[in-house]
Amino acid sequence: MNNKRMDLSHWRTMPIGGVITQPGNSAQYETGGWRALRPVVDMEKCTHCMICWIYCPDSSVLVEDMKFVAFDLAHCKGCGICAFECPPKAIQMVQEGHFTRES
Amino acid sequence: MTLPVETIPVGLSGSQAVAQAMRQINPDVVAAYPITPSTNIVEKFSEFAANGEVDTEFLAVESEHSAMSACIAAAAAGARAHTVTSSQGLAFMWEALYVASGLRLPIVLHAANRALSAPLSIFGEHSDTMGARDSGWVQLYAENGQEAYDNALMAVRIAEHPDVMLPVLETQDGYTVSHSMERIELLPDDAARRFVGAYQPRYSLLDTRNPISLGNIVSPAHLFEMKRQVAEAMDKALEVIASVGQEFQHLTGRSHGLIEGYCLEDAEVVMVLLGATAGTARVAVDSLRAQGKPVGLLKIRSFRPFPVQQVAEALQGKAAVAAMDKAFSFGASGGPLFQDVCAALHRNGICIPLVNYVYGIGGREAMPTDLVQVFSDLERGAERGWSETSIRYLALRE
Repeated sequence: MNNKRMDLSHWRTMPIGGVITQPGNSAQYETGGWRALRPVVDMEKCTHCMICWIYCPDSSVLVEDMKFVAFDLAHCKGCGICAFECPPKAIQMVQEGHFTRES
Repeated sequence: MTLPVETIPVGLSGSQAVAQAMRQINPDVVAAYPITPSTNIVEKFSEFAANGEVDTEFLAVESEHSAMSACIAAAAAGARAHTVTSSQGLAFMWEALYVASGLRLPIVLHAANRALSAPLSIFGEHSDTMGARDSGWVQLYAENGQEAYDNALMAVRIAEHPDVMLPVLETQDGYTVSHSMERIELLPDDAARRFVGAYQPRYSLLDTRNPISLGNIVSPAHLFEMKRQVAEAMDKALEVIASVGQEFQHLTGRSHGLIEGYCLEDAEVVMVLLGATAGTARVAVDSLRAQGKPVGLLKIRSFRPFPVQQVAEALQGKAAVAAMDKAFSFGASGGPLFQDVCAALHRNGICIPLVNYVYGIGGREAMPTDLVQVFSDLERGAERGWSETSIRYLALRE
């Protein structure tokens, strides 16, 4: 089995045993649509401690140059662990319905 | 005929014979929990491990569920992993059996058949392995200790064959075979090792150059196809079992195919069965043949995959057939073997009287006289027709 694109079109072409040979391909599956609550950051309070990044179970805290940038809303499931763990309480969980599709 | 190797004759029980096979195979990992009547297999093997006669990582786990889980993990890491069990132990592994076959891991399970509780019985019958017949494991039934030894070696080649990549269960009747001593022809160690060969895992979690993810969640869009692959592998296993058997025959002179007939060709009535009772049935056949009765025996070695075509061809034209089940399949038309034989005949448009006998439950011995009675029933039925073909219970106090 190589590290190559899997052909899932037919039982004769797909890898056996449900083995996934493409590392990290779970990123292709967008779980953001499961969210009922969305994390929102008050950047005045954020100290860029990275604790939300450490705790996020879905690797959905985007970081650049050791600074918080955004949440990956295509994958964030709204579990609220980041808000719970944030030391300065900079993160609020807001009803997803408050946001329009475009935002 | 000269054979390539000179075998070593030893007096061994069926359990000890399989333990010898395991020693020669020298699996990377054996994870097992003891249970009667297969205990002696793993007990003997653990001695080999303790004495340094094998390189095996021997895991004395806390339960059979752990044993199969450990084997799955080891096999997924590219190791040759074997285990040993019976009865409740096999039943305890049940959910993991499907994991092993679904992940296409060539684990080998060496079993000694035993009744399933409750009520509790330690004695031999086929309920345990029959409970696993839909799990995607290849199942080979041995008639005696020699076949158990042979099957244990061939199981590795069958499981690891690239067209198969399925776990294999090779079994012997509890007590009748596991605890009876016979003359066993062992292969010399180097010949056994050459035959078994080295394991080439298809994939491994420890291969960091080709990283994989195993045991993933699968949506309705894909699971059906993945299980279809398992069905394909089972079909391929029919050819592989036959070809590995042929290769083994060149080595040892002993032939092991999918089925074996005894006085079958010109028989008018036939008994179909699995395992040790075939030995008793040969005695019954011989005594009836001596009286000129045209009786015969069809022994099935590979129960999964079931050799549908071979069974149908073997039984075509017979006047009556008895399918002997050493297990109940409660609420069904008959026992597990009966169901498969019936379907094999029907699929091939063969309509002959097929009667089901359930026998041997809880270790009740099937005596030659009992089997002679079955042949008489078949003869009488073939002559006069059948008033009823419901399940019959051999030697049951009704």
